[in-house]
Amino acid sequence: MSIDLTTLSIVEARAGLRSGQFSAIELTQSYLNRIKALNQTVKAYLHVTEEQALESAQAVDQAIQNGKDGALLGIPLAIKDVLSTTGVETTCGSKILAGYTPPFNATAVQRLFDAGVIMLGKTNTDEFAMGSSTENSGYFTTRNPWDTERVPGGSSGGSAAAVSARLAAGGLGTDTGGSVRQPAALCGVVAIKPSYGRVSRYGLIAFASSLDSVGAFGRTVQDVGLILGVMAGHDPKDSTSMNVPVPDYMATIGQGVKGLRVGVPKEYFIDGMQPATEKAVRAAIAQLEAMGAEIREISLPHTRYALSTYYLIAPAEASANLARFDSVRYGLRKTQGDLWDTYKTTRGEGFGAEVKRRIMLGTYALSAGYYDAYYLKAQKVRTLIKQDFEKAFEQVDVIASPVAPTTAFRIGEKADDPLQMYLSDVFTLPASLAGICGLSLPCGFDESNLPIGLQLMGPFMREDVLLRVGHAYEQATEWHMRQPAL
Amino acid sequence: MATKIQTPAYEAVIGMEVHAELMTESKMFCRCAVVDLTAAQPNTAVCPVCLGMPGVLPVINQQAIEYGIMVGLALNCEIAEFNQFARKNYFYPDLPKGYQISQYEFPLAVNGYVMIDLPDGSTKRIGIRRAHLEEDTGKNTHLSDGTSLVDFNRSGVPLLEIVTEPDIRNAEEAEAYCRKLRAILQYLGVNSGDMSKGVLRVEANISVRPVGSNEFRNRTEVKNLNSIRNMFRATEYEIERQIQVWESGGSVVQETRGWDEQKQKTFSQRSKESAHDYRYFPEPDLPVLEISREWVERVRAHMPELPDTKRERFMNALGLSAYDASVLVADRPIADYFENAVKAGGDAKIIANWMMGELFRLMNKSGLEREQINEISVKPEQLVEVIQLIEKKTINNNAGKKVLEIVYNKGGEVSHIIQSEGLAQQSDEGVLRTAVMQVLDQNPSEVTRWLNGEEKVIKFLMGQVMRAMRGTGDAQAVQRLLEEELNKRK
Repeated sequence: MSIDLTTLSIVEARAGLRSGQFSAIELTQSYLNRIKALNQTVKAYLHVTEEQALESAQAVDQAIQNGKDGALLGIPLAIKDVLSTTGVETTCGSKILAGYTPPFNATAVQRLFDAGVIMLGKTNTDEFAMGSSTENSGYFTTRNPWDTERVPGGSSGGSAAAVSARLAAGGLGTDTGGSVRQPAALCGVVAIKPSYGRVSRYGLIAFASSLDSVGAFGRTVQDVGLILGVMAGHDPKDSTSMNVPVPDYMATIGQGVKGLRVGVPKEYFIDGMQPATEKAVRAAIAQLEAMGAEIREISLPHTRYALSTYYLIAPAEASANLARFDSVRYGLRKTQGDLWDTYKTTRGEGFGAEVKRRIMLGTYALSAGYYDAYYLKAQKVRTLIKQDFEKAFEQVDVIASPVAPTTAFRIGEKADDPLQMYLSDVFTLPASLAGICGLSLPCGFDESNLPIGLQLMGPFMREDVLLRVGHAYEQATEWHMRQPAL
Repeated sequence: MATKIQTPAYEAVIGMEVHAELMTESKMFCRCAVVDLTAAQPNTAVCPVCLGMPGVLPVINQQAIEYGIMVGLALNCEIAEFNQFARKNYFYPDLPKGYQISQYEFPLAVNGYVMIDLPDGSTKRIGIRRAHLEEDTGKNTHLSDGTSLVDFNRSGVPLLEIVTEPDIRNAEEAEAYCRKLRAILQYLGVNSGDMSKGVLRVEANISVRPVGSNEFRNRTEVKNLNSIRNMFRATEYEIERQIQVWESGGSVVQETRGWDEQKQKTFSQRSKESAHDYRYFPEPDLPVLEISREWVERVRAHMPELPDTKRERFMNALGLSAYDASVLVADRPIADYFENAVKAGGDAKIIANWMMGELFRLMNKSGLEREQINEISVKPEQLVEVIQLIEKKTINNNAGKKVLEIVYNKGGEVSHIIQSEGLAQQSDEGVLRTAVMQVLDQNPSEVTRWLNGEEKVIKFLMGQVMRAMRGTGDAQAVQRLLEEELNKRK
């Protein structure tokens, strides 16, 4: 084999598989070999499912021989460990779920399997997807492939790092407040957070039910479009999944940006953001203009309330979602004294500090006497934030902004300061609260050679526009081709 | 309480909360079957959703919504267009998600009423505050070794909670309300009404106040009421207990109380201070449920006949008395039995008499409740067969009762029993006259008394003839022949 198969994009790998240049076994083995060599450095995977991957690859090769074809047939992907996988340990990066193996696949995962995707393993995450660095994982911290002393972002840092380090061709993450977009930016890869309801949440172990979405990582915009196209669509098991047709993203992805109106929200260029980030994002916007897009300054006036709104709603929902981890049916059980002692000991030992913090925040926000002032008020502000976007999208087709205020920070740098950590999601939270879609893609590097991300936000259910703009930008630039030296 | 205080100075203020499981095909939020908890093996009707596995999501059961709408309409409620489910948060091993999905701020049905039938024949209107849908919990079993087991078969079964206004004033009204509500649920086919199996659970919120006052004093919530009889006794007991507390200068503590069936007393279970903060908030996993007016009308159009309508029909179309009609409609199985019998071709009034007389007597004797009429061996067609044989004089009334009792106890065919027991009516005049003459010959002193004007002696003589014929004689013919033969001896 003259070429390193792990350097291929999904589109390229599919072409190779289709033409018989290499087999799914060979492709999968290339990734498994690279995982063996580098996962100890990057620490992207919590568990590698080597045996299952090779079995699947063998089945795929058989199917290809029988003439089967498909967008993701034989493509090895990394799956974030908050997505349920039948018979494969699924921990959410938490000690409380150590050893838990779900009896069913998440719908998004099942659809990928049905399409012939090969799962390489389950990737690390901040515990229950609560965090922006993977430092809240109950197991270990994933390293940024561009600088292993730095965080990969989070919470889907494992999948982002795996795709960046070529330990997978693509990956699945989940995004509640920026958890695929921010790590993609910090690791120099592409990620899409679909609109709320575009992809089924069934089997996604809930953090905040009204915000959670399943997203995709890839090394190109086309790749994430392919993954999204397979996962998307109504699921009768998820009443919040939208029963609307899924467009053929590949059919429109090449239509360019000429004539599209790109909004630039002034509230997203704030004091204290890294100068290199602002510079790269503004350059990317200029690039879009040069390609024929019309740039308009817009205002999203309630942006500054997004952080506090998010940190009331998400913890409130989490406080209920995480109540099921009571040791009665699955997961950790620390039998101690009476029932209540067992609850307290199990949850006390099983959950990490950030999870406990959010359970307490959420419980407080929902308590009698505080509900109106906190949870209900936050819901009202959420509506205002949503309306900001609705108004903006009357004037523009897509909104461009930075993904995160800074490039990857050092491990430990913000670990003891939750508020500083929460601020790394300040640009991604509003789209989550509004339920709209967002794309994160590489748009430059800072002076330390750390990747910078461009965020594109689109109207509800208009992932097609994001992919089109992102793809056009990617075609005109080479940021996505740079690879970390490992 | 040893002595019951008869004080007219107090009245009770009672509101009832009834939890009715809905007999839908599948559970409230998943496809698992709704099974009989007392019959199914534990944890056999479960799936990841009703076990609260990580990552699962609820999906609303449309049939449960329609059953809820039916009950709401039957209780004269407004059916809300805007419906929302909420999470009610608390920890307990039988609650797998750590929260119960329940309607809270926006219930399915509000502002209704039900007319209850009181023992004195009067009716009273009881306001229905709301009826809302929720999911049932699993069931804990505590073993003697201190461990506990959980059966999740019940987890996620649709539950309708029906709450009255505090319009009930005594235990009799509370009982009448429960009976009426249970009948309505049975008629709609949404609940079996079997309180012993826990599919219908009743709680009474009770307070007392001086007559003439409008105040609401501290109330207690009385639970563990697994039959209407226990509900009645617990309510009576609790009213008297509270009156005594106030009369002795104390004050009633706002708390939850259980009913101890052994001791026939209520006892304190949980005080207000330890009450939960359930931290309700809208269930983000379920979109708002809008119930269109068209949907409500479609449901209304397919509603079965309700007890009050049926009673009117029994009176107007079948000519029953108000009392008979009320008794026959009070339990759906009784009404069904009656209607099946009428359909089999009998006179409605005679069927009603036989059911309320002979059948109910036999059922009482064998300890069966009215709603268990489906379990008896006497089928409606057989009752009609017996009635028709009496009309045709094939058997007499007494033989008819005997046949029914035999079918009731041992089963079997009516005609076969009549034959094997020799119960066919004897109408042959020659045979009857021979028997009459024999009796007159054997009882000369009674004959003399009759001849001296003591007419009632004829009843004794009748009895003797019937006895001699083992009850099969045609009573009218015997009476006639007796008079003839006695007159001959004048």
